[in-house]
Amino acid sequence: MVGAGLVVIGVGIGIGKIGGSAMEAIARQPESYGKIQTAMLIAAALIEGIGFAALFAV
Amino acid sequence: MRRKIAFKPITLVLFLMTFLSYAKDTNQHGETKKDKKTEIKEYIQHHLQDSYDFSLTSYTKENGEHVYVGFPLPVILWDNGLKVFSSSKLHHGEDVAEVDGNFYKQHHSKLYKVDGPNGKIIEDEDGHAINAKPLDFSITKNVVVIFLVGVLMFFLFRGLAKSYARNGNIAKGAGRFFEPIVLYIRDDIAIPNIGEKKYKKYMPYLLTVFFFIWFINILGLTPLGVNVTNSISVTVALALITFILTNFTGTKDYWKHIFDPLGDSMPWIAKIPLYIILIPIEVLGIFIKPFSLLIRLYANIKAGHIVLMSLIGLMFLFKSWLGSPLSFGLAFAISLIELLVALLQAYIFTMLSALYFGFASETHDHAEEHEGEVQHL
Repeated sequence: MVGAGLVVIGVGIGIGKIGGSAMEAIARQPESYGKIQTAMLIAAALIEGIGFAALFAV
Repeated sequence: MRRKIAFKPITLVLFLMTFLSYAKDTNQHGETKKDKKTEIKEYIQHHLQDSYDFSLTSYTKENGEHVYVGFPLPVILWDNGLKVFSSSKLHHGEDVAEVDGNFYKQHHSKLYKVDGPNGKIIEDEDGHAINAKPLDFSITKNVVVIFLVGVLMFFLFRGLAKSYARNGNIAKGAGRFFEPIVLYIRDDIAIPNIGEKKYKKYMPYLLTVFFFIWFINILGLTPLGVNVTNSISVTVALALITFILTNFTGTKDYWKHIFDPLGDSMPWIAKIPLYIILIPIEVLGIFIKPFSLLIRLYANIKAGHIVLMSLIGLMFLFKSWLGSPLSFGLAFAISLIELLVALLQAYIFTMLSALYFGFASETHDHAEEHEGEVQHL
């Protein structure tokens, strides 16, 4: 249970960082909005998968 | 303009109704909060499981009789010969069904063989039944929904294809909605990931899997109470198709990348210690890719359903005027997020499938092109 909580914290930090970086990138280069968003979603989905794996292992 | 004015009072009335709607408690015989909690938990667990009949709702009459609204589905078993019977014989898991002298009983949404009309399910220490289990090919609720979506997609897209031929390649009706999505999958998912030359081979699968997951996720949010993608066997099947397609269309260079990733960059004697580690990782990677696909889809949808129903369950725990608007508001917000997640999961499944197909169909001249680019820079 505690382990799952720790993993979820890690996942939260990870997805937060991805989102933040994507925001910065879009602000810097608004013209490549679409590409950045796609890359962001893929990375976020990969991290999210780990979080769910931990949750369902409990 | 008129419509806008009429809209506001309706919204207001709907909002006020949530204050009134806090659930009437039917069992007031000193039931404690803990019982309610376990009841909600059981209800959620029950909802997440597949079932042998298509029941929309159930309620208890005043004389204590359970009434189910819905219809039974065929149960098909292979147990020394084909056994087909209607699930109404099971009475929603309460009774033992008899077919040709064999007795079957439902236990945790699975059918087991029992000795006689009053046979019991025998459990081991972990609570798993140790009774014999017949091979189950039943048309369960999930199977019905999958058929339904299949038929819907067949007629929808066939109709669209015909309407394109009739109208001189101009989208009409529903095509106006679906054309941009199909084009998006082609231009922004398939071509960038798979490449201009080979993407056509994979387009049918990508489109099918996208619309299938999307439609089925959306259906899961309707009051029908279907939940197909949070049954792990469905996502396993979907990921298995991606796995098979990836590995059976894999080019020579794809396999070379797995078993000889370093190529001619160093003498073979130096590669041996590296390959002891590298090759097992690459081989594992073949299986981990589809595995992450199936877990992601399954877990996302399941978690969404659990959260949604827990929030609705809050209404029964609070039992005050505060509880129902709170639970209504939260459930409404989560429903909107779930609508987005339904689309997002379909998108990500398609996107990653395309990415894996791209790995599988890479060719050597493709790699050389990239090297040329790098040197150019």
